[in-house]
Amino acid sequence: MPAFRSLRALVLGLGLMAGATPALAAGEGVSLPDTRFSFDGLFGHFDRASAQRGFQVYKEVCSGCHSMHLLSYRNLRQLGLSEAEVAGIAATVQVMDGPNDEGQMVERPGRASDRFKSPFPNEQAARAANNGAYPPDLSVITKAREGGADYIHALLMGYGDPPAGMQIADGMHYNKYFAGHQIAMPAPISSDGQVEYHDGTRATVDQMVTDVTQFLTWAAEPELEERKAMGVKIIIFLTILGGLAYAVKRKVWRDVH
Amino acid sequence: MADSMAQPAPQDGETRRDFLQLVAGSFAAVGVGAIAWPFISSMNPARDTLAVSTTDIDLKPIAAGSAITVVWRGKPVFVRNRTEEEVKAARSVPLSELQDPQPDQARVKKDQWLVVIGICTHLGCIPLGQKPTDQRGPFGGWFCPCHGSAYDTSGRIRQGPAPTNLAVPSYAFTSDTQIRIG
Amino acid sequence: MAIGLHKSEFKNPVIRWVDARLPVFTMVQKEYGTFPTPRNFNYFWNFGALALVNLLIMMATGIFLAMNYTAHTGLAFDSVERIMRDVNYGWLLRYAHANGASMFFIVVYIHIFRNLYYGSYKAPRELLFMLGVVIFLLMMATAFMGYVLPWGQMSFWGATVITNLFSAIPFVGESIVTWLWGGFSVDNPTLNRFYSLHYLMPFLILGVVFLHVATLHITGSNNPLGIDPKGPQDTVPFHPYYTAKDSVGLVVYFIVFAVLVFFFPNVLGHADNYIPANPLVTPPHIVPEWYFLPFYAILRAVPDKLGGVVLMFGSIAILFVLPWLDTSPVRSMRFRPLARPFFIVWCVAFLVLLYVGGKPPEEPFVTIARVCTAYYFLYFLVILPLLGRLERPLPLPESIARPVLRGGGPLPAGAMSKPMEKA
Repeated sequence: MPAFRSLRALVLGLGLMAGATPALAAGEGVSLPDTRFSFDGLFGHFDRASAQRGFQVYKEVCSGCHSMHLLSYRNLRQLGLSEAEVAGIAATVQVMDGPNDEGQMVERPGRASDRFKSPFPNEQAARAANNGAYPPDLSVITKAREGGADYIHALLMGYGDPPAGMQIADGMHYNKYFAGHQIAMPAPISSDGQVEYHDGTRATVDQMVTDVTQFLTWAAEPELEERKAMGVKIIIFLTILGGLAYAVKRKVWRDVH
Repeated sequence: MADSMAQPAPQDGETRRDFLQLVAGSFAAVGVGAIAWPFISSMNPARDTLAVSTTDIDLKPIAAGSAITVVWRGKPVFVRNRTEEEVKAARSVPLSELQDPQPDQARVKKDQWLVVIGICTHLGCIPLGQKPTDQRGPFGGWFCPCHGSAYDTSGRIRQGPAPTNLAVPSYAFTSDTQIRIG
Repeated sequence: MAIGLHKSEFKNPVIRWVDARLPVFTMVQKEYGTFPTPRNFNYFWNFGALALVNLLIMMATGIFLAMNYTAHTGLAFDSVERIMRDVNYGWLLRYAHANGASMFFIVVYIHIFRNLYYGSYKAPRELLFMLGVVIFLLMMATAFMGYVLPWGQMSFWGATVITNLFSAIPFVGESIVTWLWGGFSVDNPTLNRFYSLHYLMPFLILGVVFLHVATLHITGSNNPLGIDPKGPQDTVPFHPYYTAKDSVGLVVYFIVFAVLVFFFPNVLGHADNYIPANPLVTPPHIVPEWYFLPFYAILRAVPDKLGGVVLMFGSIAILFVLPWLDTSPVRSMRFRPLARPFFIVWCVAFLVLLYVGGKPPEEPFVTIARVCTAYYFLYFLVILPLLGRLERPLPLPESIARPVLRGGGPLPAGAMSKPMEKA
């Protein structure tokens, strides 16, 4: 039937277009190792214990330089922390508020509704403290890098000695997966036991990197679980509706064909 | 056959097609209805709006007989440090005289402190009575200049078109001199 | 038309009352109920309806996104992320809007492909076709400005590069660019006006779509055979035949759409656009959204600035004269043994341009882009006019219904696809 021939052409065309797109994404450099994460796939979900540990890694290791200004402490409730725990975490930072009735800015303990406190007041201060390099905000970092969580995981694991003959500039560090292989950030997670996990999990480098990647992915796409769950339902619904629509169409057209 | 094309389908297929169409149509209607919800829901307060819904107020600077206005959820909240006479005036009124009967005791947590949302229950204007120079109306509380509603020292409607008393927000004393609204 | 109340044929008194004064019900009945439509459409004829649905989805999601978006360089990026995080179902609205743009171009490209393959642009549907090209241009402008609004790195640099195209215009180019920007670089005034226009243009598109459909209903639809219906035996009423058939296509469309939105929401986007705009740093590989890539490839294929811009706009402008460049009286490529392979090569060239448009401007991609660009124009300017004279088309079937009628009964599936053997 002509209809089917046309549909085949259509699918082919779509395939060609789709094929073209990842090609734009792939930059030069090393291909990333494919890491398995709990949030991959059709029924992906966050491993909350891992993400909570990842938050601990962020707090104790990353947050010295990297802000996450799009997140609020209240968001941590989503990772399974209680209201009291979140209030406790928020209260450990001092937040600038005001002006008060005297017109002064005042510091007060953070509340759950406050944004994550940034380590530096502005980009210039961040650069000044980091040898001119700007530690990027990590709120959407897995969405903002080609390769997403795989890339973040690979980057954090990708430190090592440069290959023979490669000159590393002063203050730079070799990283297998960073574009150009020279990165200003020294290996942030470098030794087992760097973080002492509250839940007793053994803090190997790989464990910490996996956990912080889990946390950063949640931070970038907090809607992921809801989105995928809704997607599965909607596609099942549409498949049934499609069957019905096709049956109606067949019936309607029976006397013409 | 050519003739039948332009006409409705032959009789024998009719009921089956009708039923199918009904099922498919209802399915599609359910789908359209379901997809309308995210649109409607997106206009409700967002999560950050809901999160920032508590306000802490320090009561120390408020002298007896005076009041302050603080903003909670974008609305003015009146916090008045009532004098003993004002409390007495609010409590001596028999409930039968009130348009919206409610004892003063049910509207405060500590006798001297009255906390009400400063929005006239008629049509949403802000009543006068916060500043010492303001007109407070015939009952010593607040007076709404828009349509002449007068409230007493318990924030209850006593005269004018407003149907109910000034609303009391949910709040709690976090210490002797501090309250948290929301 | 005579003055006086319309003689409505509706039974329901309320409908009848309205219809007598404003015959919208009669119009809908006539244009979408009994409207005689060729009986031999294939599924390619779904895509016009799909495009309209897509436009409405874009407008609905866009209006609700606008309720939460802030058009300010300092706030835009965060306001978009706030939509994603804090607004109820904001992520759904935004992903549907962003992927809806891609879906819109997929649908429209297939719609245009169908048009070119079956010769729907030919007389008497030239104006219908030209209105379609206007819609396509408006769509591109709308999509471009919409992509600027999240104020990420690609937004900013896309806006900078595309607005700079106008600087290629001799003498007044620089002034035009400054005027477009409302300043000396892409900045807050630019973002504000793009937001305003991005909100306005879909309504213009809707207006042109109305004209497009009105024109269609004057000439009637083309069909896969490219021959005119000869009588009622060649047509079926639009409802229920094509409402039913369009519904099938619509559900398939929604499934593809849902897969993108729910499982691959960022696959057609670019990671750099999740980095806030930085006017001091250009990302290493800047590429437009995928749907602009063929035209971007044409732009880059020309080593001259003005020449590239002219060719890029020319690649779409040429469509306005296509009905007169193609002189063959036969519409459908099914009956054009020579034009058909040339056209298929043209489609391949278009897809190759799409591919190389996303590649860095280096060999072999530059040469490939040049070859494809040359063929793109050659096809319209030389091959089609020549083929109109040289080609010997296959004999056309006498009528749309004829293969069926001659059989005198139900024919095996596939009979309709080879009408030329019967004719």
